[in-house]
Amino acid sequence: METPTVPLPPNPDARLNVEITPELIAQHGLLPEEYDQILKILGRTPNLTELGIFSVMWSEHCAYKNTRKLLKLFPTEKKDKNAIGQVLVKAGEENAGVIDVGEGWGVAFKIESHNHPSAIEPFEGAATGVGGIVRDIFTMGARPVLLTNSLRFGSLESRQVKRLFRGVVSGISHYGNCLGIPNMGGDVYFDDCYEGNPLVNALCAGILRHEEIQKGAATGVGNPVYYVGPGTGRDGLGGASFASRELTEESAEDRPAVQKGDPFMEKLLLEACLEMMSIPGLVVGIQDMGAAGLTCSTCETASRGNAGIEIDLDLVPQRESGMNSYEIMLSESQERMLVIVTKGRERELEQVFEKWDLHAAHIGEVKQGDRMVVRHKGVVVADLPAKSLTDEAPVYDQPTSEPAHLAQAREWKVDTIPELAADKVETALLGLLQHPTIASKQWVWKQYDHMVMSGCTVEPGSDAGVVKLSIAGINKFLAIANDCNNRFCYLDPYAGAQIAFAECMRNLACSGARALAVTDNLNFGNPNKPEAYHMLKECVKGLADACSHFDVPVVGGNVSLYNEHGEGAIDPTPVVSMVGLIDHADWVTRSCVRESGVELILLGGLPHELGGSYYLQTEFGQKEGTCPIVDFGAEKNLQHFLISQIEDGKIHAAHDLSEGGLLVCLAEMLFGEGKLGASVALPDLGLSGRLDALLFGESQARAVIAVKSPDKEAVLQVAQSTGLSAHYLGQTKESDELRMEVANLSVLNAKVSDLKNAWESAIPLQMQTA
Amino acid sequence: MKVAVIQFPGSNCDWDAEHSVQDVIGLPAGRVWHKNQLPNDVEAIIVPGGFSFGDYLRCGAIARFSPIMSDIKRFAENGGQVLGICNGFQILCESGLLPGALVRNDCMEFRCLNQSLKVEDSNNRFNRNALGDSLNLPIAHGEGNYRADDDVLADLEANQQVLLRYQPNPNGSLNDIAGIRNLVGNVYGMMPHPERAVENHHPCLDGLPLLRAFLQPLLVSSPAELST
Repeated sequence: METPTVPLPPNPDARLNVEITPELIAQHGLLPEEYDQILKILGRTPNLTELGIFSVMWSEHCAYKNTRKLLKLFPTEKKDKNAIGQVLVKAGEENAGVIDVGEGWGVAFKIESHNHPSAIEPFEGAATGVGGIVRDIFTMGARPVLLTNSLRFGSLESRQVKRLFRGVVSGISHYGNCLGIPNMGGDVYFDDCYEGNPLVNALCAGILRHEEIQKGAATGVGNPVYYVGPGTGRDGLGGASFASRELTEESAEDRPAVQKGDPFMEKLLLEACLEMMSIPGLVVGIQDMGAAGLTCSTCETASRGNAGIEIDLDLVPQRESGMNSYEIMLSESQERMLVIVTKGRERELEQVFEKWDLHAAHIGEVKQGDRMVVRHKGVVVADLPAKSLTDEAPVYDQPTSEPAHLAQAREWKVDTIPELAADKVETALLGLLQHPTIASKQWVWKQYDHMVMSGCTVEPGSDAGVVKLSIAGINKFLAIANDCNNRFCYLDPYAGAQIAFAECMRNLACSGARALAVTDNLNFGNPNKPEAYHMLKECVKGLADACSHFDVPVVGGNVSLYNEHGEGAIDPTPVVSMVGLIDHADWVTRSCVRESGVELILLGGLPHELGGSYYLQTEFGQKEGTCPIVDFGAEKNLQHFLISQIEDGKIHAAHDLSEGGLLVCLAEMLFGEGKLGASVALPDLGLSGRLDALLFGESQARAVIAVKSPDKEAVLQVAQSTGLSAHYLGQTKESDELRMEVANLSVLNAKVSDLKNAWESAIPLQMQTA
Repeated sequence: MKVAVIQFPGSNCDWDAEHSVQDVIGLPAGRVWHKNQLPNDVEAIIVPGGFSFGDYLRCGAIARFSPIMSDIKRFAENGGQVLGICNGFQILCESGLLPGALVRNDCMEFRCLNQSLKVEDSNNRFNRNALGDSLNLPIAHGEGNYRADDDVLADLEANQQVLLRYQPNPNGSLNDIAGIRNLVGNVYGMMPHPERAVENHHPCLDGLPLLRAFLQPLLVSSPAELST
């Protein structure tokens, strides 16, 4: 069919029959050249409804126009075709990627951001962020089994930040708890760069049989198109384009662009959809109405199905009166889905939704051809080639320019930092343990139901969250970790992204899990600023190289740009989330030591780098220096050792070195239920010759393990034979003391209870004060 | 099925409860949709946790009007064993099967943690001999703050209807009450989740003796195999 080059008839709502002016085009976030392309595609002037449809579909949020080229760098499948974790649904193909976990089961998982809405309305923004990602997972046919979040806030001393932090956590708690999907925590960082522009990234993973994987495609001409879920309102109007521009002082006026969530509706929708999808052959295609709502779900399903689609807006359930076609098409009302079923079996779908007291409205049909046709009150209000919306969005390769601070970071010398005296170690350690990024996040976790569904095996707060896949009836454990230290990405975006990857994978290894695949959330500043685009490009390259090197593919993710507020862009924050698998209950490993008299061993060598460390932040207020060296060989060796020794039953507890370095790691290992102390010693200061770098440096590819005394020599021998540096540190004791000696000099003799109290109370104390 | 787990729209611990009874304790269990009738062969009912009807209005306030509730009331009046866990406890209070009400935690936040509980000598099934002096059980609720007027509270204490008490109190409940029974001793309600403490990967196994105490009349008639 040819594009009708004559204009469409007037819209039944006279307010929509306006001239498309350059101002209107700019208000829709479209560039003049993008509008020219629309004219070329249509061969006529679009009407206002169509302009709105193009603006959301061609927004960064939906079209990835500034990142599409970069994302091609990520490996999307495993090179080793015999390894567990083969990719069943690749990144970008469907609503979420799916990987194989054996025995005919697959895991669907994805992370997505809801940063801008959360900055304006923290509770609703974060809640609907959870709702959106959960829909992406059950749309695939999967039963959601876990949630996590990566959260970033400004300094917790600010009243505004406290309000955001409280609102976001309670929004996540409200929505996720009601759904009954365990929230396994995730990570929370606090840094001035996120002031006014918090990051709220939500992840969901679900489990399904291979044969249950659903497609988001409209196929089979004549098949009916159903709208299921609650009615459409005016909320979230244009949310996708709102997410694709910078936040300003005036952004609060965009509040209508923030959606309002109803977790009860989502729970009904989740159960009804899973019940419907369990009926063989009924569902042809299914897609959630998330960003860009009805617009995105109709044109994407048509585009994927290489078909046309026609819908009638009069049949769309509406909960506000007088809505026009522009509003209905662009609404981001929550908890709605588009479902295409086999013609003649409509009643089967309707019965399921009647059971769950949800709307199921037959709003259209799959058509021959390639067009998305929208009718309202008997008039065609939009008639567009579906693929032009999904595949023909402009793709940009923006100019880059290295920000000046990177060169400065490379010039930084550790000599500018005064050496740490032994009698100042305890104060420095307390300072680190009280930094909200390092401090206990129990204030957050205890608001999340992590035990629902009976699968929680390792609760939030360990290196990785672990759930048993009981609901699938299989005796395997899914592990999840999120990581991204923005400080390293700010100082060296390429290495920083690789550190995020390496730490994430190391967290899984410390928990006994073999890494399967990655979902990433790229949070960056305005891509039209060459400095911000440089950081984005380098981070993507770094992450892509790491994924390829370790053969851990990226199966999906999300890009959030325009994260700027007041003083400029946020630090580059490519959040890496990784799922891993543990085949045996005995291999599930925690970071806390539970017994006295176990032997502590540092793996990977003595830390020696201070650049970018939290110690520089807490002691000197500096975000300076060069990142720790990234050595993939060493990292692989360490992780291989960890997993093989765990599977050999030799490792009692394991904790990776990260923010705060060796001493923070040791202290955290003692903060469990065991009420233990430890006495440790190192023979010398190591490579740097500095006490601060040894105790608080954040050198990579390192972990501390706890092994039972009889296994100590054997473990040390295996390490030696594999070329892994291993330093025996000492033993845990039934005492309240953490003692450390370096080169026969006492550098620490602190009460574990004091350290733990400082670590536990830091965030609650901050949150008590207004 | 011998044990019916009632499923309301918004229930989310229904699978967990069914799993603990059927796969762990070994009694035939199944879920019953709130619009359906209670099967005739049911010998015990669990009203599970979750957010029935989204906790709109008040927790449990809408569920009490569900069609299944009249069956449950009849079942209880005939001496049938009923256990309400978390939202199920709230529903049993709202429907008058148990006295009192549950309101928002005094900290105004949701609380999910492993809670230490003191066991009271309530009757021949729920007592320190059967369960030990104390239990550790997961709690996960935003509205677990037990309230009742002075007379009701005095009666509960006088008749030894309190099953479990928090130590320490996480939500402001009167008399640290975490679980109670009705006067007859066939309807039980508690905020802690025994079904989340029955398998080796759980924080502890303290939910097992508690669930077995509730199901004791059934277990006596058909001893079930413990599968953990």
